[in-house]
Amino acid sequence: MSATAQKTGISRQIRLPNSEAAKIALRSLKIRFWRSGITMAGIVLGIAFLAYVMVSGQLERTFQLQEGVPVDAGAQSHATQIWLIAISLLVSGVGITNAMLMSVTERYREIGTMKCLGALDWFVVKLFLFEAAFLGFAGSLLGAILGGLAAFLSAMTQHKSVLSVVSWSATLEVLVIAVAVGGVLSVVGAIYPARRAGKMPPADAMRTEM
Amino acid sequence: MIETAQRQEYAVKTLNVTKEFTMGKETLQALKGINIEVLAGEYISIMGPSGSGKSTLFNMIGGLDKPTNGKVYIDEVDISGLDAYELAWLRCRKIGYIFQTFNLIPVMTALENCTLPMIFAGMSTQDAAEKAVELLTLVGLGERIRHKPFELSGGQQQRVAIARSFANDPAIILADEPTGNLDLKTGKEIIELLRRLNKDKGVTIISATHDLKMLDVSDRIIWIRDGLVDKIERRDELDIAIGSLEGEEA
Repeated sequence: MSATAQKTGISRQIRLPNSEAAKIALRSLKIRFWRSGITMAGIVLGIAFLAYVMVSGQLERTFQLQEGVPVDAGAQSHATQIWLIAISLLVSGVGITNAMLMSVTERYREIGTMKCLGALDWFVVKLFLFEAAFLGFAGSLLGAILGGLAAFLSAMTQHKSVLSVVSWSATLEVLVIAVAVGGVLSVVGAIYPARRAGKMPPADAMRTEM
Repeated sequence: MIETAQRQEYAVKTLNVTKEFTMGKETLQALKGINIEVLAGEYISIMGPSGSGKSTLFNMIGGLDKPTNGKVYIDEVDISGLDAYELAWLRCRKIGYIFQTFNLIPVMTALENCTLPMIFAGMSTQDAAEKAVELLTLVGLGERIRHKPFELSGGQQQRVAIARSFANDPAIILADEPTGNLDLKTGKEIIELLRRLNKDKGVTIISATHDLKMLDVSDRIIWIRDGLVDKIERRDELDIAIGSLEGEEA
């Protein structure tokens, strides 16, 4: 077998299937349960706030339509809310990036070892992005439910009829948007740490002191 | 045809390998022109004090670092010309690594640690698991495949690492101080295991070590000093009595 023949035969043979990457990522999250939980808490809070504001806004509009109040009455508070949402999302995003960077540093040797076993840079990137996606999705789902619930409870204190007049499909739509925002946010926040992990030289696995 | 038949098969060959590290304004020459040839199936120990360039040489042979000058051939292929993809393939299929600190993935069981390189190599999960069980049984851990690294002793962890290093039937095993974190008796067992696998599977083993017990099983010992090959000895030429030195190791 010549070297070139080997190379062409192999090109497609180094791989990390998504199912395996997902399994490894889930296990990494599980074994660091509390740490993952704290990271997730940031997303939960950010998305809960987003969902609360969005659902409240939607309920508000429903009542305004019912009572015939002009819809643009609260334009001033609307701008403030957008500002607050942006800040809270930024904070959760930075929180994810920070937590992921810590996770990369902590797993320096693990990453180097994987590379010695033949992992390509993007295998490592993939693992970290999967982790972030799982965290982001779970956290956003929880956050959206909590935020939506809070919005309904606070609306019920003012209008007893909220459950009968609300458009459930519109609420669901708003919650789905909140979850999507959270998921995208955590993946985007993890891109830089994941790339840093991917670039790690394998030689460091040999001798990094822990 | 006759030529190829007569030509010796080198598992590893280095040609005038030098390596310089730049630290601020100073340039440190870690390797100053290393020429070694390792035949397929040999058991080689690389000995040398810390700072001798042993580790640097080791990284070169493993394709973990590139030489400043010179060439490194693994199975007759010059690895300085390989791209990232080909290097990953080399690490995955051609070379098995054993570390002083075992370096098992902590979140995975012994079985999963062994299957990982095979998954990378594109083997199906089922086949990989079967082979991993076979390898773990071979190293004497057939009963503990579901254990996580922290549930295993140092010697057992190193056995898992050895099983993992054999996952894709590599041509070369690179062991970096494989007995460095083990007690005398366990270290001996690990050395014997490596020797047995070397004999049974015909794999080339290159081991960096301080451990004099290792000399006993090596075919040749390469002594490195100040970035150069100091001397290369065959085991039968060794004039030190291993037995009398062993006490110092414990």
